[in-house]
Amino acid sequence: MSDVEEAVTRVHHEEWARVVAALTRRFGDLDIAEEAAAEAFAAAVERWPADGIPPNPGAWLTTTANRKAIDRLRRENKREDKHREAQMVYDDDPPEPVGAIDDDRLRLIFTCCHPALAMQTRVALTLRMVGGLTVPEIASAFLVRETALERRITRAKAKIKAARIPYRVPAAQDLPARVSGVLAVLYLVFNEGYLASGPDTDPVRHDLTAEAIRLTRLIRALMPGDGEVAGLLALMLLTEARRTARVSAGGELVALEEQDRGVWDAALIAEGHRLVRERLAAAAAGVAPGRYQILAAINAVHTCARDIRDTDWSQVVALYDQLVRVDPSPVIALNRAIAVAELDGPQVALAAVDRLKDKLAGYHAYHAARADLLRRLGQSQQSRAAYDKAIELAGNTAETAYLTHRRDQLR
Amino acid sequence: MQYLVSVIDDKSNPGSTDRRPAISAFNERLIAEGYWVFAGGLADTDAATVIDNRGEQAVFSDGPFVESKEYLAGVWVWEAPDLDVALKLAAEASKVCDRKIEVRPFQ
Repeated sequence: MSDVEEAVTRVHHEEWARVVAALTRRFGDLDIAEEAAAEAFAAAVERWPADGIPPNPGAWLTTTANRKAIDRLRRENKREDKHREAQMVYDDDPPEPVGAIDDDRLRLIFTCCHPALAMQTRVALTLRMVGGLTVPEIASAFLVRETALERRITRAKAKIKAARIPYRVPAAQDLPARVSGVLAVLYLVFNEGYLASGPDTDPVRHDLTAEAIRLTRLIRALMPGDGEVAGLLALMLLTEARRTARVSAGGELVALEEQDRGVWDAALIAEGHRLVRERLAAAAAGVAPGRYQILAAINAVHTCARDIRDTDWSQVVALYDQLVRVDPSPVIALNRAIAVAELDGPQVALAAVDRLKDKLAGYHAYHAARADLLRRLGQSQQSRAAYDKAIELAGNTAETAYLTHRRDQLR
Repeated sequence: MQYLVSVIDDKSNPGSTDRRPAISAFNERLIAEGYWVFAGGLADTDAATVIDNRGEQAVFSDGPFVESKEYLAGVWVWEAPDLDVALKLAAEASKVCDRKIEVRPFQ
């Protein structure tokens, strides 16, 4: 890649959201902002190789995009007053002091992750408007047709305009719920990358995990005081740190106890641990941690152990107990039971897993957990049946390979 | 910005019938805070008549235009600055009416 291409890619990463956010604020229209930002970056690709990289690329892009947007409005012959009438509601009051920085990018994120939009729409819109991914990139990441994704984004922009979804940071009393909605979008993007589904996809989509981490870092920079933002970032970093150890050369999932801990990414782990320590200090000062912070703490316990045998399982189970109180979902109960197996043995764990049958019978991880516990209890036949069911339900290629391998090892 | 706020009831699982005092109190508040434009409860869908006068002569048919389990039980029109305000009020309205609520912007 040439220096100029590299610069354009870097500036795209750093400046896309800022340009779109500033234009949305000025023109009150996501569609105009998106199109003008895309045109400005296209102009950069065209002109920078000959003209050189401008001293302030971000300012160059914003100015160019502004000009493109005004050109479009002129072309469409929209009178200024008519245009103003259709604008999004922009709240000029700075957000209340809740640790949030007044940045248009934050408004953009909250608008794209608005609860009145469907989850898949929020994901697509956030990746496009905030992340700057192209429609073909998002479509291939989620295995949907480009035309369908384009329609989804167009409909969302139309709804934001027609229903007047505002362009602002929510008020303090609504902020925790709205932040948690934003984090859910980012966690979904991360998990789709981490446990990619689809028969012909790579088991780990690094592009998606990296994008989720990048966007979470951005929100962390914009909301440095929010504990759950820090928690989610730590959780992603501690998970991402084990990425290369998690899938074998043959494309098979490697369970935690079999991973080569030497290839874990020490820098990501150190960063994740720093964030967890920051949240532990806050918890000690009386701030109750949310689910992402507790999940991050669980991952911190795992990544502290140099060997699986050094894992502090009582600590893991204690954290799961805490998590169950915050999030009483059956999936959390399942993961708690898996940790209990290490502390109290597979018999106790199996009883706990079996209690979840009604709620989790359609979830591959439930059958995989049962299969593993039954195997450890020497009940090969029942274990095999559970592996069969897990393989039938699993969507991730590496997971399917791992489960098949384990089943075929049964005697 | 005006929003049509529809109260949705379910024939097989109707909301409770003792909501009138709570709805009246809620309406008073909507008026006092400047959101209220219009409100009305609707008679049963059996009382509806559909008219089609696109052809030679008007055709009347007995009953609603679509038979469904869920139906429109009442409407409001609210004036609100943006969807966040409308959704917050709608969340309260759903509790007050013990029914689902749809919020849809006017053009």
